[in-house]
Amino acid sequence: MESKTLTDVLREHPFLEGLKPNHVQRMAEVALEVQFARDQIIFREGDETSLFYLLVSGKVALEVSAPGRIVRIQTLGEGDEMGWSSLLGHAGKTFQARSLEPVRAIGFDATRLRQVWEQDPAFGYQFMVRLLKVVAQRLQAARLQLLDLYAPRGVKLV
Amino acid sequence: MSAVLTAAPPVVPPHMTPVRVASVVKETHDTFTLTLDPQGEEGAGRFSPGQFSMLYVFGVGELPISISGDPHDSGRLVYTVRSVGKATNALVNCQPGQWVGVRGPFGTSWPLEQARGNDVLIVAGGIGLAPLRPAIHHMLRHRDDYVRLMLLYGARSPKDLLYRKDLAGWARLPDTQVLTTVDYGGMNWRGYVGVVTTLFRYVRLHPGRTTAMICGPEIMMRYVIRELEKRALPDADIYLSMERNMKCAVGFCGHCQLGPYFVCKDGPIFPYTRMRPWLEKHEL
Repeated sequence: MESKTLTDVLREHPFLEGLKPNHVQRMAEVALEVQFARDQIIFREGDETSLFYLLVSGKVALEVSAPGRIVRIQTLGEGDEMGWSSLLGHAGKTFQARSLEPVRAIGFDATRLRQVWEQDPAFGYQFMVRLLKVVAQRLQAARLQLLDLYAPRGVKLV
Repeated sequence: MSAVLTAAPPVVPPHMTPVRVASVVKETHDTFTLTLDPQGEEGAGRFSPGQFSMLYVFGVGELPISISGDPHDSGRLVYTVRSVGKATNALVNCQPGQWVGVRGPFGTSWPLEQARGNDVLIVAGGIGLAPLRPAIHHMLRHRDDYVRLMLLYGARSPKDLLYRKDLAGWARLPDTQVLTTVDYGGMNWRGYVGVVTTLFRYVRLHPGRTTAMICGPEIMMRYVIRELEKRALPDADIYLSMERNMKCAVGFCGHCQLGPYFVCKDGPIFPYTRMRPWLEKHEL
């Protein structure tokens, strides 16, 4: 990540903006830098990886496999977070993630993050409030997507 | 068909001008750009970005259509039409040389004077990009009058994206950010997937120094406004293009009434401060 330290990159990431310096430092202690080439499958639906990511650059598509096809649900980019279901201790990933272009990210082992939060619940609360905002935004976006806003009038999704 | 291809212009009602079709170009599977050639009439192609015309297909019907061309090219009138019904079908199936009736231009325009010296954020959904394109043309011709231009554009799918060449060209310009997203992307689509509001994560807005111009389905505009409010953009800097069932275009018939306003006469471009009380009224 150029000459910036991992802590610098985390401090500048929109998801962690405003987080206390000691909390950012705790994040950095369990973080690792990762890169993905274009068209790489980062994780598959059902994978039991416990990694949560903050994207630094590049674009990732979240996909669902349906019989005979793959449906691209959403894209994530610079400043976004990915793989949040790991933080809840879920067994498997709910989507497949594929890099659409070279991607740089910071990965966190969710199990270790949860241990940190158990030792410091105030930090855990701060993090979960941020995460809930992200989840709420994605839920709202998914609802809007369901409305099929740009369909010609009279065309109904039934 | 033969009657409308005759050399002599047809007899039209008062205030309507017969104009020949110069070309019809397919933009997407259901959307076409119609160019009219108002020959001989001094200033007949003049309009302000955001205004609309009433286009009459003889024997079929009359439609309000936003002008989507370059306001500095007064020799032509350009309209982008989505073919969804009898009259729009007839319009997009016009042949070059055919006559159509034109009334207008009508209505209010985008606040390009007020936006001078500011960043400009344009948010368009679906065919809502059409009435915004003249404003973009204007700002690009007077580029020094504006700071950053940001265009967020959402469409249903990649095959529904309008003006692909324009989008690609604008994206290459300095201080111009063009982000496009689709609700449903296929595996060959490498751009963003998601509703247009998700693109706000990738732009940096300066409240108090940004003018927002929005056009798209009303629900989309409501959610776009929420994003702008989250980012503390003052209501007074937000402008919308409203769509209602416009018939007479001069505020007589009442078909397009929205609260105390007639969209055809008082709009279609409104400051959000005037529209705010009416946007979430279920009865309207």
